[in-house]
Amino acid sequence: MNAREISSAIRKGETTAKDVLENHLTVIQDREEEIHAFNLVMTEEARNEAEGIDALIAKGKDPGPLAGIPVAVKDNICTLGIPTTCSSKILDGWRPPYDATIIKRLRDAGAVIVGKTNLDEFAMGASTENSAFGPTRNPLDTTRVPGGSSGGSAAAVAAGFAPLAIGSDTGGSIRQPAALCGVVGVKPTYGRVSRYGLVAFASSLDQIGPFAETVSDAALLLETISGHDPLDTTSIIEPPLDLSTALTQGVKGLRIGVIDELSGGAVEGISDEVLSCLDDAVQALTTAGAIVERTSVPSTVYGLSAYYVIAPAEASSNLARYDGVRFGPRVDAKTTSEMMVATRTAGFGDEVKRRIMLGTYALSAGYYDAYYGKSQKVRTLIMNDFANAYEKYDLLLSPTAPTTAFPLGDKTEDPLQMYLQDICTISSNLAGHPAMSVPFGKGIDGLPVGIQVLAPAMDEHTMFRAGAVLEFSNQGQA
Amino acid sequence: MTDNTLDGWEIVIGLEVHAELATATKLFSSARNIFGGDPNTNIDPVSLGLPGSLPVLNQKAVELAIRVGLALNSRVQRSVFARKNYFYPDMPKAYQISQFDLPINEGGWLELPDGRQIGIERAHLEEDTGKSSHVGGGGRIHEADYSLVDYNRAGVPLIEIVGAPDLRSADDARDYVSELRSILVAIGASDGKMEEGSMRVDCNVSVRLQGNEEFGTRCEVKNINSLRSLGRAIEYEARRQVDIITSGQEVEQQTRHWDEADGRTHKLRSKEEAFDYRYFSEPDLVPLDPSPEWISEIKEAMPPLPRQRRIDLAEAAEIEPKAATLIVERNLDDFAMSAIKKGADATRVLVHLANNLADGVGQLTVDAFAALIDLETSGDLSATQAKTVLADLVDNGGDPAKIAANHGFEAMDSSELEALIEGIITEHPDDWTAFAQGDAEERKKKSGFFVGQVMKMTKGQADGKVVNDILLRRAEN
Repeated sequence: MNAREISSAIRKGETTAKDVLENHLTVIQDREEEIHAFNLVMTEEARNEAEGIDALIAKGKDPGPLAGIPVAVKDNICTLGIPTTCSSKILDGWRPPYDATIIKRLRDAGAVIVGKTNLDEFAMGASTENSAFGPTRNPLDTTRVPGGSSGGSAAAVAAGFAPLAIGSDTGGSIRQPAALCGVVGVKPTYGRVSRYGLVAFASSLDQIGPFAETVSDAALLLETISGHDPLDTTSIIEPPLDLSTALTQGVKGLRIGVIDELSGGAVEGISDEVLSCLDDAVQALTTAGAIVERTSVPSTVYGLSAYYVIAPAEASSNLARYDGVRFGPRVDAKTTSEMMVATRTAGFGDEVKRRIMLGTYALSAGYYDAYYGKSQKVRTLIMNDFANAYEKYDLLLSPTAPTTAFPLGDKTEDPLQMYLQDICTISSNLAGHPAMSVPFGKGIDGLPVGIQVLAPAMDEHTMFRAGAVLEFSNQGQA
Repeated sequence: MTDNTLDGWEIVIGLEVHAELATATKLFSSARNIFGGDPNTNIDPVSLGLPGSLPVLNQKAVELAIRVGLALNSRVQRSVFARKNYFYPDMPKAYQISQFDLPINEGGWLELPDGRQIGIERAHLEEDTGKSSHVGGGGRIHEADYSLVDYNRAGVPLIEIVGAPDLRSADDARDYVSELRSILVAIGASDGKMEEGSMRVDCNVSVRLQGNEEFGTRCEVKNINSLRSLGRAIEYEARRQVDIITSGQEVEQQTRHWDEADGRTHKLRSKEEAFDYRYFSEPDLVPLDPSPEWISEIKEAMPPLPRQRRIDLAEAAEIEPKAATLIVERNLDDFAMSAIKKGADATRVLVHLANNLADGVGQLTVDAFAALIDLETSGDLSATQAKTVLADLVDNGGDPAKIAANHGFEAMDSSELEALIEGIITEHPDDWTAFAQGDAEERKKKSGFFVGQVMKMTKGQADGKVVNDILLRRAEN
């Protein structure tokens, strides 16, 4: 059953939240050891929540649109009293004294939070191998990575541990693992979902979004978690989304541009099998009545370079607070600054340290203009290029990831190869635009390929129209 | 004006004043902004910089910052928050949210009581840090056994007012800071209490030969906790720099620490050791762009500034504006003017407000105050009696005439007084001779003796001034 079916069955009394939860816990019991999607399975808390939902139903009350649906939450989102680790040793043992806004929204909608999912440490990575607690494996082929950084959430949905999951996307961390695990993943418009309680990686790029098995379920979850939050000044002053009509509206007459640079053009390394699936997706959208043509978004090729200055710069500042003074483990030393150095040296993994150093350097006196300043200009260029493209097109299209899921260990020795996993997704973060990945076709090894639908800021509605059509067409082929 | 030169040298001073804004809550969260309190009781995830927390700008703090800008004739503009990155245990996020290249208030000036205008470069918003205390080792960080941090102050809104290097002496600097404090208090922006640290002064000092146009190399002096230490620190630092130059060396640009105990400044760090704060725009906050309508609203509601209030009181009381400073600082000028308007003697009004009402007027009404002064002016009450009645009025309110009667105060007949004084003179012939034949100074001393005697015998009911008149008249005859 997908999420909508579960919620509907529970609300109608055809099943109970408790039964639904126990079924999922059984699946988790069977495969979690092999996959390691979770840092923490919240069995007892989830059981209490499920009982609460069933009690509401028994009283004739409606628990909300997510009634009794198990939801897995990425472990960089704060949960009151429940360890929140960011898959880092530096947050070992830390229990937040508050819930993130989206945790409250999930609970208010009747969701049952089933666990905290594994990620690349502080969301830095594209394979979920940079976790202090060990990698997550792809449920479709456990010799392969699930993508990252929200690999635990993607794997949880793909493995049937939960029909819905929450991730965060700073450069592709929802869309790329969604593609590699064969599920739907959405990065909403920057500011669409409150970041309050999301442990910051790069604040101007981070955005929370949904994973689901279906486009319709992703829409349901996004509707629930979106909307203005007074605790996040950067959240958009808009009511929650209503995507219900988008799912059945079709794409007839929509103008869709395929980004040439990411589809066999300027950017190398997009595999043929992925390009072949993209061609099929173009065909499917055309058949459904869209006008699809290739177009250029020239500066998108500089996205990766700009991103690897801006994101580390913000990260170097955001991660400075892990100093051993107020929370988390502390490595004692003679002086305060020696204690801070020792704590950070022991607490952070290599990739996090690499990015802190990159970012600190990029912001330093004498280098700021050449690196951070210039990258911000590239960011503006990308926004301008997107704005130009959206004068002609309603949506843009590209692959989500350059390849299907790759073997564990394949790219861990070569950070640049790992960074290239986000080549297609990064520009949407720099522009603050929404984008989603929908499974479409398979590679030669039988692993799923994701197609990315990009939309201008605030236009998730049109994006979901194309997403629904791709899903429908993909299911027709399968 | 005092001599602002040191043997032909001129001191150049620019001040950076941090003032805590008088808001109910912190700059970026709803934790309370109050002084004192048990350590770490006025905190929340935001003021502790916990992972996942986000700042939300306090609109009241913005309003107060705009008031400061308007009072200092600044341009109130669109501004951007920036992160100032550095590690320190009392800095929860390891960065301070401040403003860098686009401050909320830019430019402006402050007029000293003597009419000179001192340039203001900017006045920007930022958050305060927590407070560290070091246990063991005499409280010094390097020898301490351990340190404690109190985050109650972390996130308290500050306005940092950067003055131009227009001040030329320790007196100038003190005048500037007291005027700034009066302004901040008058517009309700801050309580301006240096002793509680709600107003803090960093001082940039350089010296140059008189007549020289170019600035000398400056040093920034920190840890100044009172107006008195401000003056001392400037004078010490200027002397130190002149001594360096006259001995043929060059002043090094440094940040220095004022030590109140030994009366010296000590090197904290040189320019080379200065922090690289790696400023960049704060991505968690949107630019702050107050609408012209809001700024006008704030402007309309601005109370009169101390300078105007001194002029108004000075006119009403027929005194020099500078003499009105204390009363205005104590916020008693409206009270004074109301009493004067009711016909009370202006000199007595000011004397009582300055000397006897330092802790405020309490239950005292303007009417009672004016009536009391009338009783004093007419000679029905002596100055001492009036003071007693005044204290009673402050505590309990009431009618001054009735209170005086309750105390048994009544005007003494001058013939009774004459007789009394006659008796005292007879008993103390040597003192009388000393008075009668002494010069002005001697007379002043001895009159104190005689007035004292009279007061003792009348239990303070006599009017000292009348006694003096009688003594003088007798001495002349």
